[in-house]
Amino acid sequence: MTDSAATDTAVVRSTTEKGPRVWQGLLIAAVLLAVGQALLPPGLIRPPDWAILPFADWINAAFYYAQNELGLMQVTRAFAGGVEWSLDVTGNLLYGRNRWPRIGPIPWSTVAVTAGMLGYALGGWRLAALAGGTFVWIAVMGQWRWSMETFSVIVVAAPVSVFIGLCMGTLAWRSKTAERIINPILNIAQSLPHFAYMIPVVVFIGLGPKAGAVVTIIFSVPPMIRMTLLGLRKVPEEVVEAGKMSGATRWQLLTRVRLPTARTEILIGVNQVIMQCLAMVVLASFIGMPGLGQRLLQLLQALRIGPSVEIGITIVLLAVTLDRLSRAWAMRQPAHPEPGESWASRNRLWLIWAGLVAAAFGLAQLVPYFHEDERSQALSIAPPIDAGVNWFIGFVSPVTDWIRRVLVVWVLIPFRDAILWLPYTTVLAAVAALGWAVGGWRSALVCVGFILPIALSGWWDRAMITVYTVLAAVTLAGIIGFPLGIWGAGTGRRAAVVRLVCETMQTFPRFIYMIPVVMLFGVSDVAVLAAVMVFATVPIVRYTIEGLDSVPPETVEAAEMSGATRRQVLGNVRLPLAMPTILVGFNQSIMFALFMVIIAAFIGTQDLGQEMQRALSATDVGKGLVLGLAVAFLGLMADHLLMRWAERLRQAQRL
Amino acid sequence: MAQPAISCRNVWKVFGPDPAAHVAALSAGGSGAAGHVVAVRDVTLDVTRGEMLVVMGLSGSGKSTLVRCLSRLIETTAGAIDIDGVEIGSLTEASLIALRREKMGMVFQSFGLLPHRTVLQNVAFPLEMRGMDRMARTARAREVLELVGLRSREDYFPRELSGGQQQRVGIARSLAIEPDIWFLDEPFSALDPLIRREMQDEFLRLKKQMDRTIVFITHDFDEALRLADRIAIMKDGAIVQCDSPDRIVLAPASDYVAKFTAGVDRSRVVHVGTFAMPLPPDAPPEGSPLPAGATLREIARSLVADPRPTIPVADTSGRLVGALDRNAALDLVLEARPA
Ligand SMILES: Nc1ncnc2c1ncn2[C@@H]1O[C@H](COP(=O)(O)OP(=O)(O)O)[C@@H](O)[C@H]1O
Ligand SMILES: [Mg+2]
Repeated sequence: MTDSAATDTAVVRSTTEKGPRVWQGLLIAAVLLAVGQALLPPGLIRPPDWAILPFADWINAAFYYAQNELGLMQVTRAFAGGVEWSLDVTGNLLYGRNRWPRIGPIPWSTVAVTAGMLGYALGGWRLAALAGGTFVWIAVMGQWRWSMETFSVIVVAAPVSVFIGLCMGTLAWRSKTAERIINPILNIAQSLPHFAYMIPVVVFIGLGPKAGAVVTIIFSVPPMIRMTLLGLRKVPEEVVEAGKMSGATRWQLLTRVRLPTARTEILIGVNQVIMQCLAMVVLASFIGMPGLGQRLLQLLQALRIGPSVEIGITIVLLAVTLDRLSRAWAMRQPAHPEPGESWASRNRLWLIWAGLVAAAFGLAQLVPYFHEDERSQALSIAPPIDAGVNWFIGFVSPVTDWIRRVLVVWVLIPFRDAILWLPYTTVLAAVAALGWAVGGWRSALVCVGFILPIALSGWWDRAMITVYTVLAAVTLAGIIGFPLGIWGAGTGRRAAVVRLVCETMQTFPRFIYMIPVVMLFGVSDVAVLAAVMVFATVPIVRYTIEGLDSVPPETVEAAEMSGATRRQVLGNVRLPLAMPTILVGFNQSIMFALFMVIIAAFIGTQDLGQEMQRALSATDVGKGLVLGLAVAFLGLMADHLLMRWAERLRQAQRL
Repeated sequence: MAQPAISCRNVWKVFGPDPAAHVAALSAGGSGAAGHVVAVRDVTLDVTRGEMLVVMGLSGSGKSTLVRCLSRLIETTAGAIDIDGVEIGSLTEASLIALRREKMGMVFQSFGLLPHRTVLQNVAFPLEMRGMDRMARTARAREVLELVGLRSREDYFPRELSGGQQQRVGIARSLAIEPDIWFLDEPFSALDPLIRREMQDEFLRLKKQMDRTIVFITHDFDEALRLADRIAIMKDGAIVQCDSPDRIVLAPASDYVAKFTAGVDRSRVVHVGTFAMPLPPDAPPEGSPLPAGATLREIARSLVADPRPTIPVADTSGRLVGALDRNAALDLVLEARPA
């Protein structure tokens, strides 16, 4: 009896101690490998040439095969042809592109009035002012053509994405096999950086707006699939049964019961599609998509801060408008009309809209200013902005220069050199140790499985530079975001404001963050770091607030009743309980940072991003996809580590 | 005897990893593997045409599952169910859909309304599935909405209605196609007492009006007594007793059944005809007979005044059908507790 109890505890102790022993051993091995690298054969410091696998060639061969042997080229060309035709139509209507149906451009004033009316119908006066005002701003600033070039792509891409997403989501819901295939693809797709999507598309379709639209469609489909699946799963069983008892066939059940009941989730999916489209369409300027993104890219490269701020404001306004409109649509619940209402009063919004459009149209015929937007008649706030910015730069440049110098000389370069100094075997061992520490041998294996292909791909140094930028940025983001989150949590109003700011910042296309950092730091490593850091701070703040606020109040009260000070409550109760959620925030932060690093590469970095842009301009699919997958694997590894850790913390709290 | 409208033989429904094996094990007298829930246990039952069967039982006793088996919303694990003589387990999807479009209606415990459709469109939904044109189905939907008193709310959406109103929409929807066989899963549970009573009256009226076979689930025994031709009482998936209300009250098959009837004023339930003894063949009792269809409570006054120890009982046509033991009847009336 006592014997077996003793062996039981012995077994328990040995299993709990074996874990630490292994990962500590791995860690020590890593340190030894690093310290003793002078003694190591070179094959253990950098992957030897013979071990490097020609992934890129394999992918190129596969693509060549698909392109030429399988006739995939015809399929993609046909699809792109359809897209191009739609782009021509919207292009003609919105900015008078000389294509069928050759009736455009619609006067900008009617578009603005329509947007305002839509805003009013969906969310009252404030939304009306936002939506209408955005389009008026665009016109008044003389950016109509660029904006409509961008907008016409969204008008085409978003519905196509929504349709494809609905179909694939329904498929995944219907068949377990389909779900098992689609799910991992979605996981990788959502951690592939934007550029990785572009290269294959360029190979199949070429450069230009057509390719940009196709990339935008592909990029924005995954969230729609997820939301469709989620919505269909959430339909209450009794609603479906009621449909069955009404004698509905499977198809009727799907189209008249299930999909309409999943309306809210599907519309949230639509919202995400629209935001993804906007983010991508701006970036698609890299593959020759005209519009706001291209303009911004040119201006930034020419360091013309004033005009780029103007464009930036437009992009932000468009993003916020599209987000609010589509979200208001998703949240809108149907309501009954008042009994005894006349036809006119039921349809008054339509009537007012028709009246306003007619008025705007008439006005546009009389006063050309309201019809077509000429660059020459545009207002510009660029000169005062430039003046202000110059003054501001002059004012802060001693500080920013100092920051830049200190960061570069004392932090970034040493850090980067240290990371590059590490033998790859050290990194492998350290990663395995981390994996083992959070999730045993399985996690260790998963993590090594993610990082080993990077070593074998031949892009080790570039990948390490990416890692260094991301680590540095996320660390800085944590230093800033974490206290900000603690400060913002708790009191209702402050939290609401901080949350609103974070949410709004997240809807901006990432490209926008380049404007202020280029303004402050010029084209440099520090600018990249700053852009990445700003973007990576947002999720940390959000999730810190989220985590702290979801600590049950009884727990906090209990701690207060036992005489804990506020600092003690925070440190001993609230933060530990919030930790799993905060880790989710860090996870997202790393994802965002990875994406941003790649985008920021055009400023000139030496990481994977820059190589990817080279691959893009050389349309080298194999290289581009290998680089993209390397970034995705880094992200997935971080995701695995942090999520396992959060899971463990949660389990420990439950005990 | 005429063919029953619904007939089930040894129906089982088991949830779990290997339901069939579990049923086989239980049927063979074993205990089966762990991790299975027996929701319906070996139910054999006939419902005759035009009959109203009320199913009762504690929550989790398998009532809803049984009804879902009867309508083939879920597949049974074992056993067979016939609807109008046709085994529904063997129907193709198309003929099952046809059966539902023509013959079956169901009211759900949590309503199952379509949130994106107005009340009117919800009620018209089964008609739409049948392919009826818009004008006709709107007219018919208005008709049934009138019946449940919701005409004024026809343009509302379900979320704008109270629970009771939503339930009435559900009832109206199931009535729209005038089903021959009607399943109701706790249809009145969301209604407040006054409306509930009204709906029960309405319900009895509908039942008289049309020759409809009804399976009605409730956990309110008074409701069951008011409505039922027969009551089936379920426990752990099995039917422990299925009998007329009189018999359930007078002769509960087990303590479990007796507990259901405990709070009931039996004299309001038991009919003179059921309570009477067979006529003694040699000397039939003398004098004016009591009506067999009345409850004991209804004849209590004349029972007290009547001096005869045994009183003749006659059916509506005036034929003598039995003899009532006055003392026994008085005992039952007097033990009555307030309902
Ligand atoms: N889909 C299901 N999966 C597993 N168990 C179920 C399912 N549906 C019902 N059950 C179980 O079957 C039993 C009977 O449920 P139900 O028929 O809903 O009872 P009632 O309607 O009498 O309250 C319950 O124990 C319930 O947990
Ligand atoms: Mg139930």
